[in-house]
Amino acid sequence: MTDPKHDTSMELRDDRDVVIARTFNAPARLVYDAWTKPEFVRRWWAPRSHGVSLVVCDADIRVGGAYRYVMRKDGDGADGDIGFSGRYVELTPHSRIVLTQIFEPMADAGEVVITVSFDEVDGQTHLVSQERYPSKEARDAAVGAGMEQGMRESMDQLEALVVALK
Amino acid sequence: MIETFAALAEPNRLRIVELLRAGPRAVNDIGERLALQQPQVSKHLRVLKEAGLVEVRPRAQHRLYELRAAPLRELDLWLDRYRSLWAQRFDALDELLTELNTTEHRDD
Repeated sequence: MTDPKHDTSMELRDDRDVVIARTFNAPARLVYDAWTKPEFVRRWWAPRSHGVSLVVCDADIRVGGAYRYVMRKDGDGADGDIGFSGRYVELTPHSRIVLTQIFEPMADAGEVVITVSFDEVDGQTHLVSQERYPSKEARDAAVGAGMEQGMRESMDQLEALVVALK
Repeated sequence: MIETFAALAEPNRLRIVELLRAGPRAVNDIGERLALQQPQVSKHLRVLKEAGLVEVRPRAQHRLYELRAAPLRELDLWLDRYRSLWAQRFDALDELLTELNTTEHRDD
């Protein structure tokens, strides 16, 4: 028996926060591991439909430890790499993670503080990720970058369609 | 887009926008329903108008303020792109978890 997939919700809260939530059909222990351990992060963090993959995925999973994820667009060289890095501030196994994150191409924009909570009820885990940006401008720019990425994707699809119709 | 965000960031302006979703209203009507002074309402409406979020529609002896859908749709689209990035990540995470769950039960 397979449980249906759940929806992903997202909202902008106050001036500086983005809150993303989703329920998974798995115990908190597994979701927590999949969220943190590099061998698992490699499998989900770079969205395949965006044509990107993770070329670096290092994590020293302990309080004060550093992590770094680097995405590369398929077919691109290393000069287009997009890195995300930071440190773990809190690691409460199977329950809560607080980490900092710097978007390397815009390192000047400052650190995002991400708080991820895992709440298990009846074998399902409700995950809430709260991203707190250093300023409202930084938050709106980050959300905007998501759109830009999405638009590029749509353009690629359009291009593929046009080629197919030729 | 930043303008839309800035205009909506003020709680009373957001309340005005939410009220106008039900239909166009006059300044005094908005003030009464939200318990705001008329000059305050006018000031907020001016900001919303400058951000393109509302427009004025003269009707009989009233000036009615009406919501414009375009910037809100744009905002919605913008947010949806970011949400979709996470939805895709989470779909992949979901698949991974199903696999981990199965592996674990097989090992039992």
